[in-house]
Order: sequence, then structure tokens, then C-alpha cells
Amino acid sequence: MSVLDLEHLAVDLPVEGRLRRVIHDVTLSIAQGEAVGVVGESGAGKSMTSRAVLRLLPHGATVEGEVRFEGRSVMAMDRTALRDYRLSDVAMIFQDPRAHINPVRTVGDFLVEALVERGDAKADALRVVTALLGVVGISDPQRRVKQYPHELSGGMLQRVMIASALAIEPKLLLADEPTTALDVTTQSDVMVSLDTQRRERGLAMLFVTHDLELAAAVCDRIAVMYAGFLVEDIPASQLHRGVQHPYTAGLLASRPSPTVRERRLFAIAGRPLSAYEVGDGCGFASRCAFANDRCRSERPALRVVGASRVACHRSEELSGQLSSHNIREATHD
Amino acid sequence: MTENVPALEVIGLRKEYRVRGAGSTTAVASSGSALLGHPSKRRAPTSLVAVDDVSFTVAQGRSLAVVGESGSGKTTVARMIVGLERPTGGQVVVGGRQRSWNQMGSRERRRRAREVQIVFQDPYSSLDPRMTIRACLDEVLRLHFDWPSERIDARIEELLDQVGLDRRQADGLPRSLSGGQRQRVAIARALASEPRVLICDEAVASLDVSIQAQVLNLLSDIREATGVSYLFISHDLAVVRQVSDDIVVMRRGQMVESGPTEQILTQPGDPYTQRLLAAIPRPGWHPTSSHDSGPEQTPSTESS
Amino acid sequence: MTSSLASRGPLSRVRSRRSGSRVDTVVVVTGAFIALLVITAVFAPWIAPSDPNFGSILSSNQGPSAAHLLGTDSFGRDILSRLIYGARLSLLGPALIIVISTSIGTVLAIACAWFGGWFDQVVSRVADILFAFPGLILAMLAVAMFGPGLVAPVIALSIAYTPYLLRVIRSEALRQRNLPYVAACYVGGLSARTICTRHILPNVTPLLIVQATLSFGYALVDLAAVSYLGLGVQPPTAEWGIMVSTGQSSILAGHPQESLFAGVMIIVTVVAFNLLGDRLAARQSTGQS
Repeated sequence: MSVLDLEHLAVDLPVEGRLRRVIHDVTLSIAQGEAVGVVGESGAGKSMTSRAVLRLLPHGATVEGEVRFEGRSVMAMDRTALRDYRLSDVAMIFQDPRAHINPVRTVGDFLVEALVERGDAKADALRVVTALLGVVGISDPQRRVKQYPHELSGGMLQRVMIASALAIEPKLLLADEPTTALDVTTQSDVMVSLDTQRRERGLAMLFVTHDLELAAAVCDRIAVMYAGFLVEDIPASQLHRGVQHPYTAGLLASRPSPTVRERRLFAIAGRPLSAYEVGDGCGFASRCAFANDRCRSERPALRVVGASRVACHRSEELSGQLSSHNIREATHD
Repeated sequence: MTENVPALEVIGLRKEYRVRGAGSTTAVASSGSALLGHPSKRRAPTSLVAVDDVSFTVAQGRSLAVVGESGSGKTTVARMIVGLERPTGGQVVVGGRQRSWNQMGSRERRRRAREVQIVFQDPYSSLDPRMTIRACLDEVLRLHFDWPSERIDARIEELLDQVGLDRRQADGLPRSLSGGQRQRVAIARALASEPRVLICDEAVASLDVSIQAQVLNLLSDIREATGVSYLFISHDLAVVRQVSDDIVVMRRGQMVESGPTEQILTQPGDPYTQRLLAAIPRPGWHPTSSHDSGPEQTPSTESS
Repeated sequence: MTSSLASRGPLSRVRSRRSGSRVDTVVVVTGAFIALLVITAVFAPWIAPSDPNFGSILSSNQGPSAAHLLGTDSFGRDILSRLIYGARLSLLGPALIIVISTSIGTVLAIACAWFGGWFDQVVSRVADILFAFPGLILAMLAVAMFGPGLVAPVIALSIAYTPYLLRVIRSEALRQRNLPYVAACYVGGLSARTICTRHILPNVTPLLIVQATLSFGYALVDLAAVSYLGLGVQPPTAEWGIMVSTGQSSILAGHPQESLFAGVMIIVTVVAFNLLGDRLAARQSTGQS
């Protein structure tokens, strides 16, 4: 049974008095213990998707479609149900821990907050979170719980955030670019903690990132978003064997490699569009090297192709042409 | 200019910051520097070394990358080279001329502006929000060249072409442009004074992957066309591999390793470089923890 | 299914931008009122129904009538005409104060931001000291030294308002000075003067306008208070502060109109300037993010 189901999720946000589309159509399920990486560039709607899961959207936002947690509609929850849902079923890890941890209270106070809110005794809660700090790789947790956020580095603070997420023993973790603000070596350390703990506890995870390779390393499946659409949902193991969507292929090919120097990098023409900027056809058509008239006029639906789901009219025709090597070769001509 | 004089030479560069009293940890962190001593002690140290004995040479037309994580001092090195910070010690030699920090009149600064230029990380704050792109380029050109208006206009068109912007965009304000386009404007502005050396301080770090590739290609085209030398300040070894001939790896203000890019990235000698390289996500990669990284003590808030 | 979501709490504060380019009624109404006031002041001789300084004792302290829309004062002068003429000095005074204090404040603020170091220290400390003196006390001191009239209080209040504007603009100029675009100008070889006048100044101007507008209201009240105390321009000159003061004697006799209408003009004008300033400030802060 799946923990989370997004069914034709569409979100509009009010901008200058008018509603503006930020997510067009996202249909996605996460099974128990499964990690799904939501990958995309700015404006793709990936962060908004994770916020919609928590129903943490700006005032005045409208949502179409459905978000279900263990079969229950999150959109239909009343105040108490929503509160319980946020307090014990899902936990979110944000990009900037410093902005989400009260700077004038100790790390321990921050960590026990949700547990105490839920009715645990403070002393018990503190024991639990202190143990958790050790688990996520923070040395000397007894001392750390008494410290203030400014005394901890960004990497440590993100681990504190992970510990606070684990503390409520959720079924689903939402991680929104949790390591983007960190150095690469710190990112690696933090990801080890997050990945190990998630696997050990069998938690489902929605991992939002702009980094395909990072997502592939810690997730079972990758959901690629572009301009508010889910364009491809592919097993992480398939990422380097057979992507089906030209955008995914382009993203893979345009990232420089630390091991090989390209004569010239592949670059997708144009800039990433925001959801409200796309016309009738495929959202990616304006930047796609393979787009034809149909792509520009008719919106492709997400359909199952092999182990993946892809929203592209031409994915069958293009299969075999989308490897990074071929894509790069094509641009050198 | 003589061909065998290096475009840029940095010799024994050092930067110390004075730290006043306790409670200065935040100031330390924002300058992105290594701290001497223990920060949690009540009395903070009186001096902190951000850059310690850094030396390198960038030959004419070559590209050197200074690589490191936050707190490595790489950005401070760049700021000292362009004159935004005053070194505590060491020398900066540009095109064979040693720079002095005692005479920084506007005539001297104007001359230096034609030697070294810089492109910053954040495309949103590195352009004057109230100046059109054209006015921004026009201002630099008029300052450095005594040209008639037609020639300046022609040069603006040429610069716009070079960085891949169209004329219509040039009459708009920066807010009408995307991050990638703004970064192109910043590059055009830096090239306007025809410098020998262009410093890119994390210039592609905040761009989307697909835009990053475009800008990296643009930078290599520009080097081919103009023969400008690059100094890349970056935390991203994958980007660095793509754009640099040589690498200097910095950590906590000091150089840990330097050499040709190909060699350093294929057979890194220093354990820190190895760790840095191992931490980059790539096909088949799995996160590993680096236990010997030492205790993370200073809060690292440097954006780079 | 469509459901509207309204989540509160600290996590829901994702940017929500309202009232961007739409017409703001408050700005339009207050702006129009202020414009009308300025026009009235400038064209007072053509607009005022009668001579502000001439009245007949026989028609003193009359209530509103067709001949005198707002009635007459104790000297039988038409109150409406005196209000219209009074707008001239009542607006000119604060305008002078604002022009002088923002000019000095801005130049010093940008210089402080640019040079920093001891210059900034000295200017800021002096500003702090001046800040400790209430404007009115300074104005009274000036009158005591140079005699009553418009000039002495205006100069004194200009000095009193400068530290306030200096502080606000300095912090914004400092923010601008530390942005990479200023560093890029510096590295580009632009002179300090060019960077300050062509880049930093235009970028602090929106804030400058807001602060000048807000300060205008306060300056008007302060100057009216000076006149009310008899230290500013002297009767029989028409000026709102003086009118409140001279009308006072008639209030007990049951003729409040002079003080009342002059007081209302002061209050309404101040409120208009403050509302306008507030609204401009709000616009500016949403426009920046």
C-alpha cells in the first residue's frame, strides 16, 4: 500500500490578485519505505509539491486534485486531523535549518517541542532526542542539546533538523533541498545520516533536489519535474541506462562531470520556464531539440513505458537516442 | 604586452582580520575564515588568519581555479586581487606590475580596472537595479575609452552579441532578465574594460544546471576569442574540471595542493582533495561519511 | 475537487505578493488632497473669497454663512480666506525644513556609508547627541537667540530633523554599499563620487521620498506649535498655528470656529502626509523582496 498518493495535483497561487499556476499536473505515489527524488530546476514546482503534501501553502492558494496519506485525503482533513497529521505522520526537513530553528532557544528545546506538544513528558522527550542526536552523527549530544543554534555549524544544524524529523517517528519524510546550502563534504556526511536512518526505520521519503545524481544515490525512483509538470518517473537504477524524456536526458548531459572533461558541455537552449508560462502543448517543447508540431499543440499525458512513466509524445521513437553520449554527439554536429 | 610575463601572479598572500573581544563568532563566520583557537572560549582571539601564504601564477590566456569549501579563504583571495580587501602581507603582480595599496586614487583604480575584472556569484544583486543594461555597459566604456558615441554603441552591440543577449533586452532593467541572463550582463560588463584577467567568483554556482552549462560554454568561447585569462573561484570540482587548466586547492586559508587540473583530479595527492572529489555525486555514487574531517567548530555561513 | 487552503503558523509565510501595480486608493486620495492644498496655497489670491487681513469689527465672530463660509474671527476677518492664505506659510515652513534636512542628511548618510571608519563614527555620534534634543526645544532656543519669525525655527527644526533622516538613510546606503553591484562599480574603476551619486543615491531615493513625506507631517505640527506659542511668524500674518492660538480667546465666548477649523486643517494635513508616507513605505518594502 502506498503511503502517499498525489492524484492530478494542480496548485494555483495568488499573484497580484490573480491566480497563477505553479503546478499543472502531478500524479505520484510513494510506497512504504520507498524514497522518491523530485528533481527539477527553478520554477519546476518541486518545492510547492512538497508543501502541498503538508498542506503548507500560501494563503489564498487553490488546489485541484488530491493528496492522500495512507488513503486519507489530506485536503479534506479538519483542523485537528491536520494537526495530528503534521505532528506525527509526516516530518519536513528544510533547506535552511537556521531559518527554521528558533535562535534564542537551545537545540534541546527545539528538539523536544513536537514531542511535548504531543503529550510526552519533557524529561523523556529529552532522553529520546539526545539519543537521536548521537544516531544522526553528532558527537557529544549531551552538550549539544544545551547549546544554541549559532554555536553549531550548518551541517550539524541540518542533522539536528533530521533528528527532530525522526523524533516524531513519522511514516513519511519530506526533505526539501536539505543539503543545497552545505559544502560537498558536509553534504556527503549529512546524506549518510539521512539515508541510513531512513532505511533502518523503513521510512518513505520525498526528496526534493536540483541534483539528479544526488537523488539517484539515495532514492529508489526519480520524478523529474519541469514547469509544473511531472515529465518522467523513472527507477533510479535506470537513470543512466534509459531515460525516456528529452528533458531528463538534457539535464543529465548538461551537468559537467568531475571525472571527464567535455570538449564542450551540452546545454539545453533557453531558460527553465515557470509553470504559468507554458502554452497548450508540452511544457518543454520550446526548449526541446526533438519537438514537432504535435508537441507544440497537444499536451502529452503521463503514460507507462517499461519501468517508467513518461510524458512525451515521442518517447518510443526517441528511445536509444537519449543517452548522454548521443545527446552530446548530436550537439557537436 | 610581453607574452612571457604572467597575467597574474600572487606571492605569499596573507590576510588577517582583527577580532574584537568576545561574541565575535558571527563576524568571523561571515568573513568566511578559519579561526585560530577555540571559538567557544569566552575571550575570542585577537587576530584571525583568513588567507595564509597563498602563491600562484596565471599565465596569459590560461585558466586557473582556486577550489575550496566555505571558510577556505578563496573568496578573500579574489577580493584582495581586485582591491576590495587590503592584504596583510604578500604581493599581487598583474602583467608584471606589482600592486601597491597605498596609492589608490581614482586614476590608479581606472588603470587597474583594465587589468582585472570580476564576476560575482549572485546575479540578482550584482547589477544596479535602476540602470538599464545598455547604460551599465555604456558607463564602463565611456570611463575607459575616449571613443565617439557611435563607436561606443557599436562596442555595446558587440559585447551583447558576445554574451548572447539581444538588443531588446539591453534596453530593459535587470529585473526583466532571468538569473542566467543577468550573469551574462555581468560578464559583458566585466569584459567591457578589456581586462587581462577575469575572476569568476562562484559565477555559475547559483544558476540552474541547464543555464550553468550555457554560461560555462560561453566563458570558454570568450577565452578562445579574446585570450583573456581566468581565475575561477569555485567549490565545484566538476565545474572546475570543465573550465580550468590548473588548480589550487585551499583549505582553512592555506593551499593544500596545486597543479594541472587533469593531474589533480585524476590522482589527487592530498587527502583533503581526495575527500572533496569523493563527495561529488556522480553516476554510481553513494554518500560516504568523512570521519577525519575534524570537529566542525565554526558555524559556516559563507554563501559560497 | 477544489479546496481553498488557509494554513497559518510560522511555516506558511511563503511569499505572497499583493497590491503590486494596482492603483492604491489611499495614495490617490491623500496625494490628490496634498496636491490640492499646494495649488490652493500657490493661487491663494485668486481662490480666497476675501482679504485675509481685513475685516470689520461689526461682523466679528460670525458663524458660517453664505458670505463667510466658515464664519469670521474676532476681528471680523473671513476664516476661509485666512485658512487659504495660511496654507502658504504653513506648508512652506515644513517644506523648507524637509528640503534642508533631507539634503544634509542624505549627503552625510552616503558619505558615512562610503567612507565608514572614523568619519562615520564622528558623524553618527554627533547625530546621536543632536537626536537627544527635542526639535521644539531647539527651535525655542533659536528664537531666544535670533528672535521670532520663520527663519530661526525653520533652521532649528532642520537641524533637529537631520539626525533622524541621516540614520534611516545611512543604514539603507550602507546596505546598498555592501551589495556586489557597488563592488563591481569599484572594481570597474568608477570614481567614488560617480558610484555614490549615480548608483547609491538613486537606489536610496525611494526610501528618501518615504521618509521625507513622513517627516513633513511632523515638521508641520512642530512648526504650528512654534507659531502657537507665539515664537514663529507673528500676527496678523495668516498661519494655521497662529490661528489656533488667536482663536482661543473666542472659544470661551462660544465662537470656536477659528481655532477649530485651523486645528482641523493641521490634523487632516498631517494625517494625509503620514498615510501617504506609510503606504509608500509598504509599497517599497513589497517591491524590494
